[in-house]
Amino acid sequence: MFDATELNASNRRKQGLVKTLFLMMTVLLIIPVLVILTVLIVKGGPVLSFEFLFSDPKDEMTAGGIFPALIGTVWLVAVALLASVPLGVAAAIYLSEYAPDNWFTRAINLAIINLAGVPSIVHALFGVGAFVLFFEFGTSILAASLTLAVMTLPVVIVATRESLQAVPQAFREACWNMGATRWQTIRRVVLPNSVSGILTGVILEVSRTAGETAPIMFTGAAIFLPFLPEGVGDQTMAMSLHLYAMATQVPLPDHAANLPYGVALVLIGMVLAMNAISIGFRMWLRGKKKW
Amino acid sequence: MVDARSPATVGSDVKVAARDLTIRYGSHVALKDVTLDIRENEIFGIIGPANSGKTSFLRALNRMDAFTTGMSVEGDIEFAGHNIRTIKNLYALRKRIGVVFPLPVGLPLSIYDNVALSPRLSGTKKREDLDVIVERCLRRAALWDEVKDRLKSLGSLLSGGQQQRLTIARALSQDPDLLLLDEFSIAVDPVTTMRIEDVLKELKQEVTIVLVTNLVQQARRLADRTAFFLMSECVEIAETEAFFDGRVKDQRSIDYVEGRFG
Repeated sequence: MFDATELNASNRRKQGLVKTLFLMMTVLLIIPVLVILTVLIVKGGPVLSFEFLFSDPKDEMTAGGIFPALIGTVWLVAVALLASVPLGVAAAIYLSEYAPDNWFTRAINLAIINLAGVPSIVHALFGVGAFVLFFEFGTSILAASLTLAVMTLPVVIVATRESLQAVPQAFREACWNMGATRWQTIRRVVLPNSVSGILTGVILEVSRTAGETAPIMFTGAAIFLPFLPEGVGDQTMAMSLHLYAMATQVPLPDHAANLPYGVALVLIGMVLAMNAISIGFRMWLRGKKKW
Repeated sequence: MVDARSPATVGSDVKVAARDLTIRYGSHVALKDVTLDIRENEIFGIIGPANSGKTSFLRALNRMDAFTTGMSVEGDIEFAGHNIRTIKNLYALRKRIGVVFPLPVGLPLSIYDNVALSPRLSGTKKREDLDVIVERCLRRAALWDEVKDRLKSLGSLLSGGQQQRLTIARALSQDPDLLLLDEFSIAVDPVTTMRIEDVLKELKQEVTIVLVTNLVQQARRLADRTAFFLMSECVEIAETEAFFDGRVKDQRSIDYVEGRFG
């Protein structure tokens, strides 16, 4: 009764084949990541030093460090967050908790999806037109950060909306039945249980903002500016643009050939650190699941 | 609190009076032309098979139609002498009506905060006052002894039966005039069910209770009068015992309580 038939054997062969095939696809997927990391660590690793991180670039970027670019990226990301998080979270709360299901809401949702699909160079040109010229912010951290904010808004909105909708509807109904208003329900029950999910989305946004080049290159980031910015009206260097400039425009002498790898390694390190925080956060969250 | 007094068409001991109540979800009719009175301090049972309009009736009583797209209600409902179809302050109305759902809803707050939520929403801030309310409501819901040493732990992690008693304690913390119970024992073990039923019998002194149940025997144990809903219609309203000794008029009512139904 339990003897293998020809059909059993054939099914098992197919099963083994498919499994191997999918495993190979998965391995293929991580090869580029491994190669990039290996090259960066081998070539960029020796470049890293305290001096590299904390001094100004010298000799037309063929020597010295990346300190202004590092600080510039922190400025850009921080100001972009200040703009996009309140806006995105408020919009997501409206869409998830208040908006009726009508054509207007559907149009807004469609617009958000489309906003996420707009190429970053188009965002850059929008930023030039809107923030640099129309609002007369000039090429500045403010203009560049606002451009980044517009670009990453869909990420914040979608992440926030999803974590709001992960809160069971029964909790809301229980509150409404007690005579709570929608806002009381959101503040007391919905938000406290989705705030960690929202923060995870924000951290993911940070890592994306830090790496973008196109949206900042015409709006506020400078290729070579070995001073620290003093306010949002100043231009600044940025890690991503610094890497782009080094890799494409400066004919680097031999002794500086590995500098771009060092910059890339620091940038990737920043992003990976952010992602690690976000993953750690999620694991901590799962540990204290509330329902 | 509520406005628009309607003419005194109902007796003074009537708590809720529904007149020609029809409830629709889009084009689907959930309840058709129901007229019934619920008296002060009685337990009013509603029995009937699934999809007969029982839950819709409860939802209409606390105006959940205002929070539900597609739900529309026609006819009038008087509650404590006010027409709830025309009152503007729905929040005040809902505060006076406690609701217990089929599945227990322990909010993801501490046990203490679950019960203190409604008093806090209506402005009670002092810790001593809240302490008193929390203890009183948990005692009345027969849960105090089991949780008094861990009021800070999460209400949503209690067992199903405990959560349902927590839900009842929360409903009581609203100090309601009317308590709506929607098949409360569906996710509760028989022992806890009996404890909750004892609680309800006591609560009847202070609160009017509407008990929707698909357990005919539960209606028999608890309800003073019972309505039988079938396919969106109210077939019969009678003293509960009349359903069991054959004094009800409609043959369908007798068939249903005797379990001889299609």
